[in-house]
Amino acid sequence: MSGDKFISIEGITRRFPAPGGGTTTVFEDLWLSMQRGDFTCIIGHSGCGKTTVLNILAGLDAPSEGTVIVDNQAIEGPSLDRAVIFQSHALLPWRSVMGNVAYAVASKWRSWGRADVERQSQRFIDLVGLSGAEHKRPAELSGGMKQRVGIARALSIEPKIMLMDEPFSALDALTRGTLQDEVRRICLETGQTVFMITHDVDEAIYLADRVVLMTNGPDAVFAEIVENPLPKERKRADFHKHSLYYGVRNHIIDFLVSRSRGFAGEIEAGGFDRRRVPVVRPGAPEPVIAADRPARTPSWPGLSRQSTPLPDEPRRGSPAPTGHGGRRKMREG
Amino acid sequence: MTRSLAVRALFVSLVIFAVFIAIWHVATMGGGFDVPIDPEYAKLVGTKSGMPGPLDVWWKIWEHLKNPFYDRGSNDKGIGIQLAYSIARVTTGYFLAVLVAIPIGFLIGMSPIMSRALDPFIQVLKPISPLAWMPLALYTIKDSHLSSIFVIFICSLWPMLINTAFGVASVRREWLNVARTLEVGVFRRAFTIILPAAAPTILTGMRISIGIAWLVIVAAEMLVGGTGIGYFVWNEWNNLSITNVITAILVIGIVGMILDQLLARATRLVTFPE
Repeated sequence: MSGDKFISIEGITRRFPAPGGGTTTVFEDLWLSMQRGDFTCIIGHSGCGKTTVLNILAGLDAPSEGTVIVDNQAIEGPSLDRAVIFQSHALLPWRSVMGNVAYAVASKWRSWGRADVERQSQRFIDLVGLSGAEHKRPAELSGGMKQRVGIARALSIEPKIMLMDEPFSALDALTRGTLQDEVRRICLETGQTVFMITHDVDEAIYLADRVVLMTNGPDAVFAEIVENPLPKERKRADFHKHSLYYGVRNHIIDFLVSRSRGFAGEIEAGGFDRRRVPVVRPGAPEPVIAADRPARTPSWPGLSRQSTPLPDEPRRGSPAPTGHGGRRKMREG
Repeated sequence: MTRSLAVRALFVSLVIFAVFIAIWHVATMGGGFDVPIDPEYAKLVGTKSGMPGPLDVWWKIWEHLKNPFYDRGSNDKGIGIQLAYSIARVTTGYFLAVLVAIPIGFLIGMSPIMSRALDPFIQVLKPISPLAWMPLALYTIKDSHLSSIFVIFICSLWPMLINTAFGVASVRREWLNVARTLEVGVFRRAFTIILPAAAPTILTGMRISIGIAWLVIVAAEMLVGGTGIGYFVWNEWNNLSITNVITAILVIGIVGMILDQLLARATRLVTFPE
């Protein structure tokens, strides 16, 4: 049963004591499982309890009911297997970049000598592109660089899972883009399992394999799991031009704008099973031409010929340019 | 005129100083609005005025600086020796207080139960004037020297204790969460996260404490007598040597400033930019 469930959230509920006595239920009876190597994003409005879910996964908070199983073991408090990247980067300001990463490394491998700790730290400082800034204090770094240190610190302990709480929300758009690229590259290279909170729909589509949609709190639920239909080898430059991109994006935005508020109605309508959160795979927004059409037919009327002939297939009926043919002859001879 | 702020401020300071000295000099020249002097007293001390002028004080300071460490019996010791006694008492009492206040402050800051449990004691003990402990100390310790150290200890304790507890309790949640996710043990957490994070607040408490300790030592030594700069002041008052009293006042101020600046330096060392 647990073969493909690396992380399994099983019926967790979190209640807080309310100011006027009684309790407030942030969420109740949540179920979700994730596979090893999955990049899962969770998206929902502020205050719906996303951070509480992440804190429970991190072991920083405990559910009032239910349990979370990671790698066949119930979570009982924080663990070095689960690294957290905090929204506010949470660097120790009195330590240098190296000191911050080395603190994590030395916490994981307590018997290591100074040289080993520094070698491991250096590897991850280099990985996030901070070589040369090792001796700077956090106060001397820009926001993006601080978050890079946070990422290096989380990766350096080689965790089973990375938990990210809106890691890029405090950054400017340009830095955010660069860091998303880096995180994606590193996660693909290392096969890291990631659970990330975000507010940014494009960020979720670019990074995640699966996007979990959460309804508004209190009494929030996981409404849907959106499987990302975009190919795994997507590039920042063109992923938004993919034919399925708008389908996913519109689906998520529809949810955030209207459905997240009235989801209780959908639950009452019946058929919603908290234990089996529906998985959807949004298609293209409109009917599309099948992808296996002949390779060189014009894409639309007017585009009757390609601007440059393909080198291995010279245009029929036209003589090959002399220079081109000449070279070819020489090569043959 | 683009002189730096420091130079201009120094200039104003020097002007204020010169004006003050000039007024003091004129006021003590005799006549004017000086207190009428008893001729008997004038015969005894041999001045025109009861109040010494700046020049008298200057020569007195010069005399003390030339030979600060002489010892001609219990009532006639050099000002350097008296200062050394006071500084030794202050540092002993102060460091004993550091040893007690910082661990207890950590305990209060880290444990909400201890914080609540010890709060009433601290609230009651803190406003007690340290000198009120003196009779109790003299009665139980039976030694005036140790009693004044105890008084310094008790007066230095509270600011350090309260600041340490406050600094420890207000360490940023996220730094503690970093330690928790890294499975850092209680002692390592105390030394590698809480201590550096709370150090600026703790040092501020220590700076307040050294200031109070230096205020209290003068009063304590006046009370118990024997040695120390406080005793020196009272002894010179009994000798009716206002010149010596003024000299001592100046010296107390300068030593207090040096102690304060030492702690300010230390605070700067542990302060981290955010």
